[in-house]
Amino acid sequence: MLDIQANLPVLIVLTPLLGGIIATFTGRGVLPWLWSSIVTGATFALTIQMMMTLLGSGEPFISYELGNWPKWWGIEYRVDLLNAFILLVVAGIGFITTVYARLSVQDEIPNDRHNVFYAVWILAITGLLGITITGDAFNVYVLLEISSLTVYALIAMGKDRDRRALTASLRYLILGSVGASFILLGIGYLMMVTGTLNMEDMHSQLLRMPDLDTNRTVLVAFAFLVVGLSLKMALYPLHMWLPKAYTYAPSAVSALLAATATKVGVYMAFRFLFGIFGVGFSFYAMPSHFVLLGMASLGIIFSSLTAIRQTNAKSLLAYSSVGQIGYIVAGFSLANANGVAGSIVHIFNHAVTKGGMFMALGAIAYRVGGTDMKHLRGLGKRMPLTAGALALGGLGLIGFPLTAGFISKWYLVSGALDAGMWQLAVVVLIGSLFALVYVWKIIEALFFGEPTGRTAEATEAPLSMLIPIWVLIGLSIYFGVDTSFTADVATRAASSLLGGLP
Amino acid sequence: MTELLGIYNYWIYIILMMIGFYGVIAKKNLVKQAIALGLFQTGIFLFYISMAVVDDGTAPIWTTVGDGAMKALGPYDNPLPHVLILTAIVVSVSVLAVALAIIINIQWAYGTVEYDEITELEREEGDADA
Repeated sequence: MLDIQANLPVLIVLTPLLGGIIATFTGRGVLPWLWSSIVTGATFALTIQMMMTLLGSGEPFISYELGNWPKWWGIEYRVDLLNAFILLVVAGIGFITTVYARLSVQDEIPNDRHNVFYAVWILAITGLLGITITGDAFNVYVLLEISSLTVYALIAMGKDRDRRALTASLRYLILGSVGASFILLGIGYLMMVTGTLNMEDMHSQLLRMPDLDTNRTVLVAFAFLVVGLSLKMALYPLHMWLPKAYTYAPSAVSALLAATATKVGVYMAFRFLFGIFGVGFSFYAMPSHFVLLGMASLGIIFSSLTAIRQTNAKSLLAYSSVGQIGYIVAGFSLANANGVAGSIVHIFNHAVTKGGMFMALGAIAYRVGGTDMKHLRGLGKRMPLTAGALALGGLGLIGFPLTAGFISKWYLVSGALDAGMWQLAVVVLIGSLFALVYVWKIIEALFFGEPTGRTAEATEAPLSMLIPIWVLIGLSIYFGVDTSFTADVATRAASSLLGGLP
Repeated sequence: MTELLGIYNYWIYIILMMIGFYGVIAKKNLVKQAIALGLFQTGIFLFYISMAVVDDGTAPIWTTVGDGAMKALGPYDNPLPHVLILTAIVVSVSVLAVALAIIINIQWAYGTVEYDEITELEREEGDADA
């Protein structure tokens, strides 16, 4: 009999991996959706169990050796507070969006392709979970490609609504593959100097190098990894693939991507910059403060400005996502306790807020047939609950007090002031003002316009969509009021990252 | 000079990769872009293979000697990068397959695989942020 408790880390990846393959054979009708809900639900339950086990054990991390191969030969799965938290977010959002997806997918994807859609969907979640849990650098690359390839396919499935989904997907494929190749190169150079692929081993080998700060191989590895990771997490100005991919993807896919994909990219940056290279090298020997903070600040300002100019609510939110990635990157590149904690909290807060908002837009697309501003006009009267969720989520994006967005910005600004970077506090303020403008654009259309066309006949979204939307929006309010869980986990994870533990 | 020529496989890797990178950026035909992407990744494989080489190394074969103990035949190349690259080749083939599948769909939807013509068609559809 399989011991679930002892094999928990590998089951978190194995369950969706096998479940995804089986989903291909589930035929048509409601069965593919039902099966994926069960699989993602089981995965979510496993990640909750993982978190409880970790918190209960009192250990800083739980290590699992695949196939009982010692970790320097085989692959090690390593769960500490940070990735247990990210696993929880990814699996949780994965489950909620799967539950939500039924009607949206029925509406947007041809009937004979549902089984393939859900198979690819579960595999995408598998890849994201795998990246998060593994402690082996090459394994990160392989799982990164699993999640990326499936995501390209998911985006391209928007082609039946709008053929531009195809070009958006191909553009993402090319940029994403270049980014992943850079990561592969970086890992190769690291392996050249350290002779190992285990992240913890790599870290201790690097620390043992007397000429670490000037060794050219290490510098090249660092450069390739930073560029590759920036592409994957859509850090300005390497975000060009993101807006169109989010805009033309099927609604459910946009919600999943916005909430998880770029967040896992940021998590990889945590692992490589803090875990492998260490804070001393990444942020003091290298000019990362200057470069990453600069890019993040530019991203916050310019992508918020671009968001204001959008006429499609989905691409407005997509540009806003690029700006929010800016906040997350700015937080961790401060490399102090408050900044990193703010960054981790914001990964969670932004995931629930944006996930909920994209799902609300999906419900609007389901009822009205589009997400242009003209479709949204006057919808506050016809679909008050959906519109209300969108508006509350928008307040979270601005960082309004009593929403989760406020908490992360609070940490971020404290971090900036701790580091003596008052300029960043100004950037955060300007970014919030711009966010106010683009969120107001949505609110104005929703509540102060007169409905026309299909909007005038729209009815409230079905309950199977409303419940997942309000679960996420409710979480974003709940964790804005009661921050004990998120803030506690983030602060502890931040101090372990800054302590240099991989 | 001999130092530079002695590591010629690294030069080949860089040249191959840069040809591929140039193609990805400069080519307007989507199929050519996909091929260039493949070339770019192939360059990286060569890098990994080169990294494994040990002076006078042979294949990593261990064999039983007289007293029954296992012993290597001689100094051998690091087999690990080779194995990694087998995985990476599979990944690269999958990327190419997905890329070509999307390009075929683009051909069906737009009737062309030239980037400029597609952009033109999208602009006519009123793509504001192009």
